[in-house]
This record gives sequence, C-alpha cells and structure tokens, in this order.
Amino acid sequence: MKAPAVDYVAPRSLDEALQCLAGADNARVLAGGQSLMAMLNMRFAFPDCLVDINRIPELAYLRDEGDSVRIGAMTRQRDVEFSDMVRDRLPILREAILNVGHRQTRNRGTVGGSLCQLDPSAEIPTIAMALDAQVHVASASGTRSLAMADFPAGYMTPALEADEMLVGVSMRPWDPGHGWSFLEFSRRHGDFAIASAAVLLSFGADVRVDRCSITLGGVSTAPVRMAQAEQALLGTKAEAADIERTAALCGAVEASSDAYVPGWYRQRLARVLAGRAITRALERATR
Amino acid sequence: MTSTMATTQNSRPVHLSVNGKPCQGMAEPRLHLADFLRGELKLTGTHVGCEHGVCGACTVLVDGVSARSCLMLAVQGEGCAITTIEGLAASEHDTHPLQQAFHELHALQCGFCTPGILMSLSELLAANPDPDEDAVRDVLSGHLCRCTGYQNIVAAALRAAQILRERGGHAR
Repeated sequence: MKAPAVDYVAPRSLDEALQCLAGADNARVLAGGQSLMAMLNMRFAFPDCLVDINRIPELAYLRDEGDSVRIGAMTRQRDVEFSDMVRDRLPILREAILNVGHRQTRNRGTVGGSLCQLDPSAEIPTIAMALDAQVHVASASGTRSLAMADFPAGYMTPALEADEMLVGVSMRPWDPGHGWSFLEFSRRHGDFAIASAAVLLSFGADVRVDRCSITLGGVSTAPVRMAQAEQALLGTKAEAADIERTAALCGAVEASSDAYVPGWYRQRLARVLAGRAITRALERATR
Repeated sequence: MTSTMATTQNSRPVHLSVNGKPCQGMAEPRLHLADFLRGELKLTGTHVGCEHGVCGACTVLVDGVSARSCLMLAVQGEGCAITTIEGLAASEHDTHPLQQAFHELHALQCGFCTPGILMSLSELLAANPDPDEDAVRDVLSGHLCRCTGYQNIVAAALRAAQILRERGGHAR
C-alpha cells in the first residue's frame, strides 16, 4: 500500500527538532524508518507530520565515557555492528545486533528507533534491559534520564510525552572477564524472534557467581528481567543442577499467546534458550 | 511528456545523484524512493514488492550501502547518491559479472527479485571479494525469491566473486 498524506520537516539541529515537536499536535519522529515507514505504507500509523532526524549529526555517535558507553539515538545499527569499541566494551550488544533484521535494514535502522518502537522481541531493547541502561530524553522544556526498566509504558509504547524524543542511551559495560550470551529463536534468520534470552554473569574470587543478569525477550509485552532466576544462580558455582533450576524459573515466565504461537511454547523456548545462554556465558567467563 | 505521478501542492523538488548522474524530480513527502525512481525518474529496474521492507525486491544502494527503497522517502534522498540496477553494468552493451554469472548459472526464473539481490550482492563483493557461502547466504537472508530455491543464486554469487577476482576488478 501507499503511505497516507503527511507533512514533513527535516530539522538540522536537535533544538530545531524539539521545537518542531513542541509545536506539533500529532507528529512522529522519523529515524531509520525501518519500522515506521512500513507502518506508514501499511497505514497502521497516521501522523500529521514526520520530523526527520536523519540530518542531525549531533544525534549519531558512539562514545566511551569510562563507566558507560553512550549511544546517540540516530546511530545506525550498522555502526554499532562494526564498532571495535562496542565489540570490546559491550560484547553482548554486538552479538545481539547481528540478529537485528538483515544487512539491508541494519544499514539504515537506528538504536533509538528500535528502542522507541519497543517491539517486545526486538534485540536492542532486550540488551538495554539486560545492561540496566539509562535512557536519555529531551523536549523543548528540558532533558531527563530514566532507567530502561521504566521506559516501556505498555505494549510497544515508550514512556514519552508527545513533545519528547529519545536522544541517547547509556549502557554500562561489565568488567573484563565477565561472560555473556544472547540467543534467540525465530522461524527464519532475521525474522522477529519468538523468544530470546540475554545472559551476563561474572565470578567472584570464591569461584561462585557474584553478579548475574537474565533477560527474556519476545515472551511478554516488553523485555523482562528474571529477578528470581538471577537470585537462583547467584552464589552458586553454576553447576548443571544450578543452570537447570535457573532455566526452569525462566520457563515459568508469564508468556503471551498470539495467533501463531501459544504461551506454553514461548515458555518452553524461554527455558531452553536461558539454559543454553547461561552455558555459553559460563564458557566465556573467567573463573 | 506528462508525468504519471500526481504532482500536488505538497510536492517539492528532490535533487539527488542516480547512477552517477545528477537528477531531480518532484515528490510529495509520502512518496517512497522506489516509487520516485520508477514513476518520476522512469527507472523501472527497481521493483516494488511488499512495500514493508520484507521482500528486498526494491533494494538499492544509498551512499554506497544497501537499503530498502520502499522504507525511505524520496524527499530523504535529497543530496544522496543512489545506485540502482540500471547503474550496475559499465554500459548498456555490457553485463556486470554478477549479471553474467546469474545468466550462466540460471540464478533467476521470473526475475522479479533479481535487481534487489544484485544490488545487495554488489555491496557484499565490494566489501569482501572472497566471501564464503555463509556470508552470501547471510546477505541473501534479506531477500525473498519464490522461484529458485536460492541454490543457484548462491552459486552465481560465488562465481561472480571469482570472475571479479580473476579480473582484479572491483564490484563497483
């Protein structure tokens, strides 16, 4: 189908973009367009105005800030994929980004666009949740930051006001020696995942798990941290029985059903993927 | 010649480079790049399939990297360098090694998906002159072909890479 009639502005600076959003009633920010353009063509979205942020260089960056890595909203997924800094500092993000769509969509798709689209099975929001990311938001009246955990306001709905836009995200790298793994299951490579698991863990001097993050994507209305499963693995030596018990807790996640996939199948995938991801993360961790 | 595209009050000029030549046309904001190339610039080699980014038929190069031209507005192309299938071969009387290999190895039947696939493969071969089968299949995962079953497409991509290496040339 063809997109509905729409106004279009292409501001050259962030300030100008925020002014456009402040003055508009029903505007949408257009970043890489890999979801919004499809929604326009299918007439799922009817904005009055598109605020195109592709010509705002100050929104595209990958910055190592020591404690955290800050990524601009307009940073292309391609640039994350090929960044040596991301490979070294946020290896789980690089592993996940290879599952985002295809070469042809990663070339234009952005980090901020994926975060705001907030598809429950999308890889970038899942990793942001796994890394306790801070999300940076701006409007003409100021800026604020919020935890990724507070960013989803509902199914595919970020907690943004109409005049606000996402400007960046900060992700905190784990210490060298940590183990990580991102795994997903989809019917074809590049399709939306039916379920995914992101696992990070590290060992203390006593060779027991002293830190652990387990996130499931695709199973619920937004990516979900599995606090109980994390607790089950903490303090253990991560032996087979510990992994099995932790994975079983992931399999007990409240999972949604749709026309294609029943909830019990997502739960089954959650258990299996979590188990495999923990095992892979253990192989990579320094004990 | 009258344009088949409706030019409305909301239309605006778009200046861009297509296959190395400066071009301009008129586009309403809602017009996507694929329809602009076909309707306004009369470059009908770029095919429009699903119009939501899944099938890959409309893939072109935007500033040297592959992109879905149905997921980009024509007005966003302002100042960009676009390469379409019409720009792949060096001249009208010539074929690009990718086209030659697709022909020789029967890598197409109906041909609807072929222009997009060739553009993606030209990006791959420019970055990686000696790709293995996995690398080819990873790029092809962004394209749907309902005729061939992909085997001959993979074989043709590898053959094209070989031809290019033997010539010591580059896939643009």
